[in-house]
Amino acid sequence: MAKLAKSPWLIHYDGSSCNGCDIEVLACLTPVYDVERFGVINTGDPKHADIFLITGGINSQNKAVVEQIYSQMPDPKVVCAVGICACNGGVFKDCYNIIGGVDKVLPVDVYVPGCAARPDAIIDGVIKAVGILEEKRKKKGGKH
Amino acid sequence: MGFIVFLVLFPFLTAAILTMTKNNTVRKAVVYTGSAIIICTAIVFSLTALIKGIDSGAKYFGVTHLVHVIDTVMLGIEILLMVLIVYLSIKHKKYYAGLLSVAGTVLIAWLELSGKAASVQNHVYCDKLSVIMCLIIAIVGSLICIYAVGYMVDYHNHHTEFKDRRTFFFPMLFVFLGAMFGLVISSNLIWIYFFWEITSISSFLLIGYTRTKEAIDNSFRALWMNLLGGLGFAGAIVYSTTVLHVTTLQQLVYHPASIITLVPVTLLAFAALTKSAQLPFSKWLLGAMVAPTPTSALLHSATMVKAGVYLLIRLAPAMSGTIAGTMVSLIGGFTFLVASMLAITVSDGKKVLAYSTISNLGLITACAGVGTTETVWAGTLLIMFHAVSKSMMFQAVGAIENATGSRDIEDMHGLIVRLPFLAFVMIIGIAGMFLAPFGMLISKWAALKAFVDAKNILLVLFITFGSATTMLYWTKWLSKILACKAQTRLRRNTTSLGQWFSLAGHATMMVMLCVLLPVLSIKLIEPLLAQLYKIEHVSVLAPEDMVIMVVLLLLIFVIPMVARIIVKKMTFKPNMEYMSGINQGDNRHFVDSFNQPKLMFLSNWYMEDYFGEKKIWKISVAIAAAVIVACIGIVIGNLTGGAI
Amino acid sequence: MMLKTILGMVLYIVFAPFVGGLLAGLDRKITARMQGRIGPPILQPFYDVRKLINKDILLINNMQYLFAWCFVIFVVFTGALFYGGFNILLVFFVLTTAAMFFVLEATTTNSPYSVMGANREMIQMLSYEPMVLLTAVGFYVATAFTTGTGAGTFSVASIISESNIPNIVVLPGVFFGFAFILTIKFRKSPFDLSMSHHAHQEMVKGITTELSGGMMALIEVSHWYENVFLLGVVALFVLCNKWWSIPLAILVCAITYFVEILVDNTSARVKWENMFKHSWIITLIFGVVNIFILQMLS
Repeated sequence: MAKLAKSPWLIHYDGSSCNGCDIEVLACLTPVYDVERFGVINTGDPKHADIFLITGGINSQNKAVVEQIYSQMPDPKVVCAVGICACNGGVFKDCYNIIGGVDKVLPVDVYVPGCAARPDAIIDGVIKAVGILEEKRKKKGGKH
Repeated sequence: MGFIVFLVLFPFLTAAILTMTKNNTVRKAVVYTGSAIIICTAIVFSLTALIKGIDSGAKYFGVTHLVHVIDTVMLGIEILLMVLIVYLSIKHKKYYAGLLSVAGTVLIAWLELSGKAASVQNHVYCDKLSVIMCLIIAIVGSLICIYAVGYMVDYHNHHTEFKDRRTFFFPMLFVFLGAMFGLVISSNLIWIYFFWEITSISSFLLIGYTRTKEAIDNSFRALWMNLLGGLGFAGAIVYSTTVLHVTTLQQLVYHPASIITLVPVTLLAFAALTKSAQLPFSKWLLGAMVAPTPTSALLHSATMVKAGVYLLIRLAPAMSGTIAGTMVSLIGGFTFLVASMLAITVSDGKKVLAYSTISNLGLITACAGVGTTETVWAGTLLIMFHAVSKSMMFQAVGAIENATGSRDIEDMHGLIVRLPFLAFVMIIGIAGMFLAPFGMLISKWAALKAFVDAKNILLVLFITFGSATTMLYWTKWLSKILACKAQTRLRRNTTSLGQWFSLAGHATMMVMLCVLLPVLSIKLIEPLLAQLYKIEHVSVLAPEDMVIMVVLLLLIFVIPMVARIIVKKMTFKPNMEYMSGINQGDNRHFVDSFNQPKLMFLSNWYMEDYFGEKKIWKISVAIAAAVIVACIGIVIGNLTGGAI
Repeated sequence: MMLKTILGMVLYIVFAPFVGGLLAGLDRKITARMQGRIGPPILQPFYDVRKLINKDILLINNMQYLFAWCFVIFVVFTGALFYGGFNILLVFFVLTTAAMFFVLEATTTNSPYSVMGANREMIQMLSYEPMVLLTAVGFYVATAFTTGTGAGTFSVASIISESNIPNIVVLPGVFFGFAFILTIKFRKSPFDLSMSHHAHQEMVKGITTELSGGMMALIEVSHWYENVFLLGVVALFVLCNKWWSIPLAILVCAITYFVEILVDNTSARVKWENMFKHSWIITLIFGVVNIFILQMLS
């Protein structure tokens, strides 16, 4: 039975985003999209979160921060890169300070492309992430 | 009878020996043996008193053949003390203290020499309340003396600027104990007054131990406030002997109530209010903190302030329902609330303890003032719990200060990691002070019920708001001690063996008191109430509530223990604290905007804008003073009205 | 009597989490509807807890675990005493102890957000404690009227079985005061200072920041227990020895709960000063005056 799927809590981190994707992420919570229908909550606390939602690319300033927040999330957990910058650096890819997409530092499970990513795409990504979360739990359960 | 004489005289004897002891090892030996003897005697005395006299009730003892000698000696000592006070007050230019002392002593001397004092049959009175007080004084007081030996060595190592006056300090401690024993077993008012004054003066001398300007100022403040109370006491004696022809406390209390008896009762209650540091006289007890910790522990727990509430409990049957009772209960309740508010705003550990003492004494005072069986039951329990837990906490704070160099609560952050044993002692003390189901809370409960029954909405108000503030300052402190700060190391514990013995003794007593609460209540306090109120049977705690108490007690002991065992076996992934992703990795620093590690500092809230001393102190003192003046005014006004 | 007591306790311990969880789900649904959203399923809180149980537990130190368990046990014990019909004053004292363990659970981590939440929780306790105690006093004073015997009682069982009319009739002020501080206890806006079910950047998750997985699930469940207990106190204002008081009590509970949700959705979080001042003033004006008048009348 799906033990995690019905209650994905997420933490949203703004890497070096232009805020376009962030606005779309927050738009998901509004009445129009109402992501809470699926039990999704934006917790803001890594220790409560299952899904790490990152917008924007990784730069040398926030690399350690992203890694630390990831380490503070209890297993099982998934990373969801939202927007093209988070996927591979986007238009900022060649900037002096940009390391690249989130997958340069964390194992990304779901890529949600777009500039900015549309709310329906983000919701779709989160739902995909939930599936992966469930798989991870089963794998982890199998180990015991 | 022999025991009583021994208990009173032996501490004085020990004190005399100690004045002659210069060597620390010898002093240690004397203090330890003296304390051990006092404790043993007190226990044997109370056991015999309880077993032999448990049904025959209170016992009076006549001391006829020696009375004249004793009275003369007492008068002589009183005059000597007066001379001493006058000398000191002239030396330090605090003339008012000298004047108060002269006034009080002259009153009593006149009374005795003029032969107006009616012949007294019973000088000594011993009932369960005396026994309880004797036990508290003997055990808690003596343990403090034992603690003091080790503490004072450390103290003088840390404070080289003060002159070592230990040959003076230790005798004073024992004099104090002797005077307290005398106070609680005397029935003759003049005798009580004698011991009363000795405690005032020895506390004055102890507070001024360091002889700094602050110490001298504070000691004189303590002196004049207590002497003012003493003057009230002397006035009460003169009035009751000349007008009522009553010479003992017991006679006074059970004298048929009238507006005339109310005068000495009110004056005695006034004296007790000063002694137990109620508003507006609270300042002296706060000032007493300048003295070395054993002094504070002694003043705050077993002696001095307890003399005040002891007297109030004795007076409770006479005060119940009178204007004196109203005065005492209002002042007590008000002090309970105000002192607990003030305790929120200070971070000095000893000062918090001082405020909490004042606050708790306020509760006891309020209980005595209402004067029903329930409240006196609660008050007596509070006296016991407060004596043990407060003495323990003062000693623990003193030991913490010696080990870490600070007694500030902010510096006790993570004490559980640094000094686990001392922290544990503190936790027991704090839990005993306010946590369900320990005595303090049960007493508060009984008091609240009685206040509602007495239809006194003001007292109900004081106690409900006071409980909230009390809870806040204890929880604050507890949470500081229990914070597990990362990478703090175990501190070297400088606490000596004697200190440990005392702390462990207190902790054991605390736990015993909690566990034995139902027994204590049924076997000791309820019969005591029956005695005090001269009724057949008193029962305060309903059996079903008693059951819940026991269950709660088990819960509060068993859960942490079981959880501790489970937790020890548990393996878990230690994780960093959440600091928005910029934890430096050591849980103590975060990365600031210059990419530099910055130390994180967590502090408690002090709410000074609401409860600060500047905000509420003066107005509270004014209100309390107004209440006292008004009530005494009414009592005296009644009198003249009656005469006309 | 004995049987009733045990039955009450057992029923509470077994069913309170279900009722509490459903109420929480209902709360989220109603909140969503008020905001023009569809909202999560009613059973969402149970899904959340199930998920949390299936996650790892990350702790800062093991003292956290200890205090969290103490909190849970004391909360359950509080409710059990209440539904067992014991002394209500005692019940409230135990509740305070439970709240204190919750504070300790957070401060022991020494984590900035937890400690901040804990400090705010302490201010919350300071704010609601007088009114809570006065509520108990209020019942004691009111039962002297409503039972017709002239003697008050603190016992929950006696309050229900001996009152001839609902106590709320003589305790409107106390009821209002209690409903006011109920907002603090339910952790609803404008007084959700120490923790909140919504994301608030300035305090992350407040007092629960450092809890995760099963521990968090435990805390959630104990909050359900607590809420059911608190609604029980609300019901106590209405319950008396008439049969019609039972549906009436349920109705009053429902209205109170709905009003709390409405307040939650229509107000923004206030500063702690406001909460503290207002709750004490409300306590003084409504609670104290109500009790004072009752005492004058008797």
